[in-house]
Amino acid sequence: MTSTVTETQFDTLAALESEAIHIFREVAGEFERPVILFSGGKDSTVLLHLALKAFWPAPLPFSLLHVDTGHNLDEVLAFRDHVVEKYGLRLHVASVEEYLADGRLTERPDGIRNPLQTVPLLDAITENRFDAVFGGGRRDEERSRAKERIFSLRDAFGRWDPKRQRPELWNLYNGRHAPGEHVRVFPLSNWTELDIWRYIARENVELATIYYAHERPVYQRDGMWMTPGSWGGPREDEELVVKSVRYRTVGDGSTTGAILSDAATNDDILAEVAASRLTERGATRGDDRVSEAAMEDRKREGYF
Amino acid sequence: MSDLLRLATAGSVDDGKSTLVGRLLYDTKSVLADQIDAVTRASVDKGLATPDLSLLVDGLRAEREQGITIDVAYRYFATPKRSFVLADTPGHVQYTRNTVSGASTAQLVILLVDARKGVIEQTRRHAAVMALLGVPKLVLAVNKIDLVDDAEAVFAQIVAEFTELTGKLGWAAEDIVEIPVSALHGDNIASRSENTPFYDGPSLIEHLESVPVDADSTGRHQVGLRFPVQYVIRPRTAEYPDYRGYAGQVAAGVVSKGDEVVVLPSGIRTTVERIDTADGELPSAQPGRSVTLLLTDDVDISRGDTIVAAADAPEPIDAFDATCCWLGDKPLRPGARLLLKHGTRTTQAIVGALIERFDEQNLAADPNPESLALNDIGRISVRVAEPIAADDYRVNRYTGSFLLIDPAGGNTLAAGLVGDVLTSVEVGS
Repeated sequence: MTSTVTETQFDTLAALESEAIHIFREVAGEFERPVILFSGGKDSTVLLHLALKAFWPAPLPFSLLHVDTGHNLDEVLAFRDHVVEKYGLRLHVASVEEYLADGRLTERPDGIRNPLQTVPLLDAITENRFDAVFGGGRRDEERSRAKERIFSLRDAFGRWDPKRQRPELWNLYNGRHAPGEHVRVFPLSNWTELDIWRYIARENVELATIYYAHERPVYQRDGMWMTPGSWGGPREDEELVVKSVRYRTVGDGSTTGAILSDAATNDDILAEVAASRLTERGATRGDDRVSEAAMEDRKREGYF
Repeated sequence: MSDLLRLATAGSVDDGKSTLVGRLLYDTKSVLADQIDAVTRASVDKGLATPDLSLLVDGLRAEREQGITIDVAYRYFATPKRSFVLADTPGHVQYTRNTVSGASTAQLVILLVDARKGVIEQTRRHAAVMALLGVPKLVLAVNKIDLVDDAEAVFAQIVAEFTELTGKLGWAAEDIVEIPVSALHGDNIASRSENTPFYDGPSLIEHLESVPVDADSTGRHQVGLRFPVQYVIRPRTAEYPDYRGYAGQVAAGVVSKGDEVVVLPSGIRTTVERIDTADGELPSAQPGRSVTLLLTDDVDISRGDTIVAAADAPEPIDAFDATCCWLGDKPLRPGARLLLKHGTRTTQAIVGALIERFDEQNLAADPNPESLALNDIGRISVRVAEPIAADDYRVNRYTGSFLLIDPAGGNTLAAGLVGDVLTSVEVGS
C-alpha cells in the first residue's frame, strides 16, 4: 500500500479543474471529431486553458469553432486571433454576416444577432462532421442551463429535448450517438462565475482586454452602457460619453452592454463580482431579459 | 476538512423541496437582485401574495406550468466556510431515475418529509435508494413544521420512525441528523428558530457547513490505487519526442512516485516513475485528481485498462452479480445483449438471470422476476466480453459502478452496482 505523503492543496478550484480535465479526456478517448466553441469570452478562454492542460505536453487534439455574429468588438477578434497564433490552433469561423449577405438568414427587426447564430452553428457542425462540441456554458448562469447534462445529446436537427435527457450517473459519461447526431459537452458545468474569476486570477489566464476597466466612448440604453459599431450607435436622444467601463460577458455588440467599473486587475474584478447584486446576464445581456424562458427556447432550437 | 460539499435533495411531490432549495440560495445570499426581481414579477403574475422561492429553481417551461420539478437542477451556493454543489431532484415516482442521477455523486442527501404526512412510501423508497447508492450522510428535514399542532410530538414520532427505517437500511446513527424546518418561513434553515423550542440541534446550514465529508466518506480510501486510463499522451514533438504518459483521474487510493503497480487486465507489473501535470510533477495524487502517470517500463497500455496498486490488485472479473436500477422505458428481460461502461472501458454484456426484484414498498425480494421495469431495483447476473477491474460497490462507489447502455439507441438503461462475483452465469433463453 502507498504511504501517506503530504498532498499539494486540493481545494474547490483544484477539484473543479480535475473534473473538467477528466471530461476533456473522456471526449478525446471516445469521439472522432471534437471541437471547442470559442467566442473569445472568459468562459471559452478558461475552457481552452483547461483543454491545453488536459493534454499537456501534447498539442491540443481539437480545433476551435467561432460563430461570428459580425457584431464583435475589435478587441475580441484580435484576442481570438492572438490565441490561435500563440498555441498554433486550427480555427473554423461560421459567419452570420455571410448568411445575411446571401439571404440564408434575415436580419431581425431589433437587429440582435445572438439568436441568428444557431443556423450557422448547426451547419458548421454538419459540414465538418463534428461529433462532440465543447461549450463554456455553466449551470449557474441561467435556470434552463441548470438542468443541462455535462454530456448533452443533440438530435440530427441540433435540438435539445429537456424531457428526454439521459440520466447521468457517477462520473460515467455516455457519449453514444447515432450518425448525424452530436453531443454538446460542458466541462464548466459545475463552476460559478466567482470560481471562473478566482481561477483566472490564480492561473493568470490571459483574457480579452475588454474585461478590464478602460476608457471607452459609450451611450446609455435600457440601463446598459453600449459601444457604437456596425450595429448602430446612439439615437438622437442618446449621448455619447467617455466612461471607465468593462464588459462582464462577450456577446453581440447590439445587445451586450458594459458596466461602469474601475476594476483594472483580476483582484479588483474578484472584489467587484463578489459584491455584485446583479447576475452577469441580467446586468448586461438584453436578449436574456426578453422572456421567462428565452434561453430554454433558444437551446431547444440548437443554440449553445 | 474539504471546502466543497456535493449534496442532493429528495422528497415527495409537494413536500417543498424547490422552496427549500430556493430558501438555501436566498439565505446564503446566492440569489442576486435581478433573479429576485424576476421571481417577484412571476409570482405577481401568478397571483401570489409573497414571492414563490421555488421559481428560483424550477427552470423549465413545463415545470413552471405544472408547478413541479421534472429534471435534476444543479444549484451552487457558498458560505464563508464551504462551497456547495446541490442537485435538486424531482419527487414524482416516474422521475426516480433523475433522483438516482442526482444522488449518485452526493456526499450528503437532504430527504424532505411533510410534517403533516410523516414518513410515507416515497420516503422509504428514497431512503432505500440512498442506502443502495452508498450516500454517506443523510439529513431528514421535517418541513412545514409550523403547520402541525403538537410539533414536538409530531417531530419525535417522525424521528422514531425514520431512525428505525435507516437502521434497517444499514446507516449508523451518527451519519443521520433530523431537523424540523419551515422552508417557507426559514425556520432552522440559516439560524436556529425560536418557533421550535423542543429542538436544540444545529440549523440546516450550520450542519451542512460542519458535517465531516473527507475523502473517506466517499469510500475512496478503502482500497489501494485504482487509475482507469483515459487517454495515452504521446506528443511526438521536437521537445518531447519519446514522452508517453497515461492520463486519468485517480478513482481510489493514492498514487505516489515509486509505487509498484499492476496494469489490468494484462497483469503486467511496473513502477510509477513520475506523476505529471501541466503545472509540474507531483509527489503523490489523491482521489479525484486528474494526472498523467509515467511508468518505468515500456508496456502496452491503452484506454480502458486500469493501473492498480500491486499490493492490493483486484482480480479482473467477467461474470458477476450486480444490483441495478432500471432506467429504461422498455423492461429488462433475461438474455438481453447490452453495452456495459465501467471506468473507461465499454464492452459488450449479456444479462443472465434476473435474480430478484426488490419490492418498492417493503424492499422484500421477489425472486426470479420476469422483467425489471422502469424505476425497478433488482439483482441481476451479468457476463462481459472483456474483463473489468471492478471492486464491490460497497467498498468503492467509483470502481464498483457501471452503466448499461442500449447498443442500438445509445441510451443509458441502467445504473449498476457490482455485487458478489460469480464464477459463471447462465444466459436466459
